[in-house]
Amino acid sequence: MKAGVIVFPGSNCDHDAWYAVERNLGGHANFIWHDSTNLGDVDAVILPGGFAYGDYLRCGAIARFSPVMQAVKKFAADGGIVLGICNGFQILVEARLLPGALLRNQGLRFVCKQVALRTETTDSPFTGALSKGKVLHMPVAHGEGQYFADERTLDVLEAEDRVAFRYVENPNGSARSIAGILSAKRNVMGLMPHPERACDPLMGCTEGLGILQSMLRAVLTVA
Amino acid sequence: MTITPELIAQHQLTPEEYQKIVTLLGREPSYSELGVFSVMWSEHCSYKSSRIHLKKLPQEGKYVVQGPGENAGIIGIGGGWVVAFKIESHNHPSYIEPFQGAATGVGGILRDIFTMGARPIAVMDSLRFGPLSGVPEASHNARIVDGVVSGIAHYGNCFGVPTVGGECLFEQCYSANPLVNVFALGVCRENEVFFAKAKGIGNPVIYVGAKTGRDGIHGASMASAEFTEESKQKRPNVQVGDPFLEKLLLEACLEAMKTGAIVAIQDMGAAGLTSSTCEMGSRGGVGIEIDLDKVPQREAGMTAYEMLLSESQERMLLVAEKGREEEVYRVFRKWGLDSAAIGRVTDDGIMRVLHKGKVEAAIPNRALADEAPKYDRPHGVKPHRRAPMEAPVIPKSQDLAADLLRLLASPDLCSKRWIWEQYDYTVRTNTIVGPGSDAAVVRVKETGQSIAMSLDGNGRYCYLDPREGAKLGVAECCRNLSTTGALPVAATNNLNFGNPERPEIMAQLVEAIEGMADACRFFDTPITGGNVSLYNETLGEGIYPTPVLGIVGLMKTAVPAPVKFAAPGAKVLLLGGFGRTDATQFGSSEYAKVILEQLWGTPPKLDMDYEKRVHEAMREIAAAGLAESAHDLSDGGLAVALAEACSGAIGAAIEVPSGDIFTLFGEAPSRILVSSRDGDQVWKIAANHGVECDEIGVTIELRLQLKHNGTILFDLATEDLVQAAADALPKLLASTIHD
Repeated sequence: MKAGVIVFPGSNCDHDAWYAVERNLGGHANFIWHDSTNLGDVDAVILPGGFAYGDYLRCGAIARFSPVMQAVKKFAADGGIVLGICNGFQILVEARLLPGALLRNQGLRFVCKQVALRTETTDSPFTGALSKGKVLHMPVAHGEGQYFADERTLDVLEAEDRVAFRYVENPNGSARSIAGILSAKRNVMGLMPHPERACDPLMGCTEGLGILQSMLRAVLTVA
Repeated sequence: MTITPELIAQHQLTPEEYQKIVTLLGREPSYSELGVFSVMWSEHCSYKSSRIHLKKLPQEGKYVVQGPGENAGIIGIGGGWVVAFKIESHNHPSYIEPFQGAATGVGGILRDIFTMGARPIAVMDSLRFGPLSGVPEASHNARIVDGVVSGIAHYGNCFGVPTVGGECLFEQCYSANPLVNVFALGVCRENEVFFAKAKGIGNPVIYVGAKTGRDGIHGASMASAEFTEESKQKRPNVQVGDPFLEKLLLEACLEAMKTGAIVAIQDMGAAGLTSSTCEMGSRGGVGIEIDLDKVPQREAGMTAYEMLLSESQERMLLVAEKGREEEVYRVFRKWGLDSAAIGRVTDDGIMRVLHKGKVEAAIPNRALADEAPKYDRPHGVKPHRRAPMEAPVIPKSQDLAADLLRLLASPDLCSKRWIWEQYDYTVRTNTIVGPGSDAAVVRVKETGQSIAMSLDGNGRYCYLDPREGAKLGVAECCRNLSTTGALPVAATNNLNFGNPERPEIMAQLVEAIEGMADACRFFDTPITGGNVSLYNETLGEGIYPTPVLGIVGLMKTAVPAPVKFAAPGAKVLLLGGFGRTDATQFGSSEYAKVILEQLWGTPPKLDMDYEKRVHEAMREIAAAGLAESAHDLSDGGLAVALAEACSGAIGAAIEVPSGDIFTLFGEAPSRILVSSRDGDQVWKIAANHGVECDEIGVTIELRLQLKHNGTILFDLATEDLVQAAADALPKLLASTIHD
């Protein structure tokens, strides 16, 4: 798998995503600068965590207008696999590649802790190597991670089996404990927790690797 | 503008200092020059009261690549890599405006690290606040806690550096003088270190980063005076931080350094443009001429005085190779940052400042940076202390279990999770041991080596005896590192004290420095840099003398034994033995503070030689993989260490040789709690190092039981111990903020 890691000026998990793909998964990753209009030859795109353009306005509100996001939208429309982690998830909702919004945490504070996620569907390129109901542990680290959508949208997400992960214990007040969702075509996933931080045995947990392995498998199957 | 005695006094310069300026210049200074001297000769920038004593600290050692005098200290970690690290305070601004004060404290120390070419990979904080209950200003103190923690989180999280640990303690003396000391550490290739030494006559001097505004003018002078009733009006002196801009500055600087076009670089911290210009010139033995008209400005109509003294954040000054300017500009353009040539290196050793075609200042660099006044302030008296030496009648504990639970829930000892969960401590995927442990451990991906680090300072010990207290701080830091298996190799210090013009405060400072010097020499942890923060006084009331140590250790990359017991059936051992605490020494303990609400006597007695042997034994035990858990004994003594080692599921059944409070809660140093499957082997290693090692019990499920001669002293559910420590801080803050 060749993953393109998008680098906004304020991305700060770009190296972590790169390291997880290259060193922990054994795939290939390269960085794509935010003003690129061309993603180059990649099998999947990762929008990493961070503070894309400072996020002094709504998180991701400026990033959606960046040149690279036009390319990402096209890549997604053509069925390309796109994973948005944390700030990446915020950017995907702002870019309308995913429905809903991410609000300030219910506790009104930044929260960094290890959480447990329940796998809600295996029918996606991000969860194909997992089993339904499998619980994965990985860190969250965000101030604005409370997933919000109107009731109808939430119903649709559930009816279409597009809730990928739910928190076992909700850390931020997310609607229906949603931690990650899929696009209608299931090739775009936004996830608030950080799987790339749970890929190395030294970090105490490697359960995030299952998501990257699923992506690897999906890419190999398509190829 | 005429320079009047009032104007001189407003600039916190004494008449003698002013005379020295006139002599150095050979004429009266201009108004701008007066401003420049006032910041450069402020206590904060010049260390005029502490310099002659700081020389007593050991500064060299086999790992040291760069000692004090640069933006940060540097040590070699092998494999062609080095780490840069330093601690710095932002105490005064954090009282005036807690959020921005703390945020810019983080920003300042991060710039000190990456200006050396090192990418910051860890931050830690040492915090002191006033009490959160029982005093009229409790709710104000709680707001300071909230602001400081949010400020640190805001800056560090956005910048993308993990905040991996620290310490946070509460005392009445910090009510109007909170302490915010921030430690940062970065990694760099050995041959890619940058220094702040201007070179090459005619080379361009380039300004990069944020535009200059009117914020923070005279911040350094503010940090060099006591607080008075009017201090709140100093809010405009506190700078405003922009962590996103700092992140851009980091990436742009590291990328620009790779071009090879940069000769020297220094961040603009305290005294901004002034200090960076004259210090770079002075270090290189050259002059620098700058034209303020070329400085990127945030607002119109700023005077030379304002621009020179502005402490706007996220700015750097660099010297580039002549003819290669464009290579530098290109990188900064890519990151959307301003960069502009504002001057050049000259051969006359003078800092010359032009503004609107006029020379606003022309001062020999050395006069500012090196000729600053140096004072041997009077200190031939006993260090200030009001506590009695004699122990009072110490009542027998009515209920040991209740005492323990109260201690665990006390502000000093309780879990600080509420604080550190607001910090991103896992970003960069290097954090092997994060907050809530004895020491933090961060791996260096490039080398297979890990860096352990610990901050420690005990104001109460130092108040009772600054010399012994400072030694105990060094010992505790080194013990924390050894507990994770790391070898302590170098240190940085932050000396927080009151008004040095009072001999009894100056005596505290001198004794603490000398104690620290002895201990750092003994434990082979030279001081590679640091910070002195004086005048931590409000309305004549000073803080406890609070020297804070940050010590760095090295270890092979591996997951160290955790603080908490791992499984039932392991032997519980007390490496170092039970130690001895007498009634006089008990007066400095947390038990005396929390349960007896008194302070007396002396700190615990430290035998440095024994302490060092305990560390050596511990590292050998860790390296042999014998420790299933390890936790050092410190505040609260044996009983608290045992409780902290309990998880919700695993506790221990312990037998102690005496059931008195000295044995249970005494804070004798040189002790580490270890659990192991092979107690005999642990004992053997200890014996080889001439260290006592007592087998005191076994780990069991769900309970912590303490017995003496068959009598149960207490028997508590581990869940209750964990809960007591976990709930305390959020409850305290919630109750205070809402009343």
